[in-house]
Amino acid sequence: MSALFQVENLSKSFGGLAVSRDISLSMPAGERLALIGPNGAGKTTFVNLVTGQLKPSAGRVLLNGQDITQLGAVRRVRKGLVRTFQVTRLFSDLTPEEHVTLAVLQREGKATRILSRFHGNSHVADEVNGILATLGLHEVARRKVGQIAYGQQRLLEIAIALALKPKVLLLDEPAAGVPSADTPRIEQALERLPPSLAVLMIEHDMDLVFRFAKRVVVLAAGEIIFEGLPSEVAADPRVREAYLGNYANARSIA
Amino acid sequence: MHIIAHEGTVAARPKARSRWWRDAAGIALIAACGAAGFWLFPDNLALLTRIVAVALLVLSIDLIVGYCGVATLGQAALFGAGAYAAGIACVNGVTEPMTLIAIGAAAGAVAGLLMGAIMLRAHGLAQLVLSIAIVQLFHEAANKASAYTGGSDGLAGLMVSPLFGLFEFDLWGRTAYLMGLALLLLVFIALKFVVASPFGMLCRGIKQDPIRIRAMGAFVFPVLLKMFVISGAVAGMGGALAAISTQVVGLDSVSFELSANALVMLVLGGLGTLYGALVGTVIFMGFEHVVSAFNPFHWMTMVGALLIAVVLAAPGGLSSLMEKVSASKGRSS
Repeated sequence: MSALFQVENLSKSFGGLAVSRDISLSMPAGERLALIGPNGAGKTTFVNLVTGQLKPSAGRVLLNGQDITQLGAVRRVRKGLVRTFQVTRLFSDLTPEEHVTLAVLQREGKATRILSRFHGNSHVADEVNGILATLGLHEVARRKVGQIAYGQQRLLEIAIALALKPKVLLLDEPAAGVPSADTPRIEQALERLPPSLAVLMIEHDMDLVFRFAKRVVVLAAGEIIFEGLPSEVAADPRVREAYLGNYANARSIA
Repeated sequence: MHIIAHEGTVAARPKARSRWWRDAAGIALIAACGAAGFWLFPDNLALLTRIVAVALLVLSIDLIVGYCGVATLGQAALFGAGAYAAGIACVNGVTEPMTLIAIGAAAGAVAGLLMGAIMLRAHGLAQLVLSIAIVQLFHEAANKASAYTGGSDGLAGLMVSPLFGLFEFDLWGRTAYLMGLALLLLVFIALKFVVASPFGMLCRGIKQDPIRIRAMGAFVFPVLLKMFVISGAVAGMGGALAAISTQVVGLDSVSFELSANALVMLVLGGLGTLYGALVGTVIFMGFEHVVSAFNPFHWMTMVGALLIAVVLAAPGGLSSLMEKVSASKGRSS
């Protein structure tokens, strides 16, 4: 089986401090992979390395067999490697509809046009309405983002990512900060992601991880200490050891 | 899902129409105010023309400050580039007014490209300092190149041909004012289209969060640079209009002081609406005119007091105050 997305021996050190050590991962199309690990394990650094915000000290990132390590963050997005943010990054005075429209226009290479109307394209509008409806955001499509619930803002992060038609999607804690009453909606949205999409999810909520992921990778102190099925992760002695330093996480994984 | 999508497209229409009507009404209002100025103050048309020219400068600042979030205290460099380009062309035999405006726009656009390419390398405070450095350099260059610019004496003796070969630039400044007003309206309409385009929305996004825009796969630098070029063209037209109407170009047109005053006018009127730029310019310059006649020594103190009052009472500028009033009316009706 050919890998859609590969990370080979990725390392990053700041001065003498190694924050990512020799990380290798491979994801086929349709993968549902969860990356977990205690606080300070280097999850965010890993996302930044993969998306191009940080330059790795060593190693390669490949998308569709093509080496994208030297590409900047914007070009990686254009190749189909898209991320969401752990803390939502949205424009508070724009509406969900405007966010998604901007993303669709960008994907079609029309976002820098001066001589056309932002709302003037009916086939773009249809696609935007479709995406918003799939995520259950059609009711708040015309409200300013600053006025919608945080759970809906999290869904909008996913909607923007989907509007870019990614091949690989990195979800950085998609349920972080969402009241527990709203997590089922996030979960439902994750279940409805396009089947061919390769998804890498970083998440603290273990219930969500177990329901969503087919495979789990555990990161601790910058390196991969476990890779396998969700059902095996809790029993792994190295994982237990890595989590024991942290009460809250130790309890949630048990 | 199909039904919902259908509903969405139907609902989109009334909103787009109301927006269109609002802008049409706004533009009609600007034209009406301009015409009222022409009939009410026939002896002050030179001042009104100056207000129109500076309004173009303030509009150009709104494009990069209000829509892109790039702070600048050097926008007069672009205004001055347009003024000097038009002035130098004029004394060298290009006297057709619309051509001079086009020359001013082109010179402003080139200066905007240069200024953007330099300023966009930095961020925040460093960017602001760069903008001041650039306007000072332009000022010094205009001062030193006195063979072309007249240096500190200014570039005088601009003899502009009649507009379209028909309308002489008369002693009362009627032609200059009406030409300036028409230019302002055309530029304003064009800019309304620019900010309503996908490009305009991209700029608003960049202003709020460039990292989010990059994560959408859009480059930030070329978009901002493009806005600097547009902004430069608008400021350059303002400079050319000032040159044509006063028939002289002075060093004050590339000054830090003009840049700072223009930014104050924008803050006074409100950022990121285009209307605010016009309101702020008219209020500031009108106030300056009235108060300086009334008390020539302390008028700047009163302008300062006005600014403090506006910033405290309406942090979004005077135009936001009007928006609030119209919004509350809309709710009660």
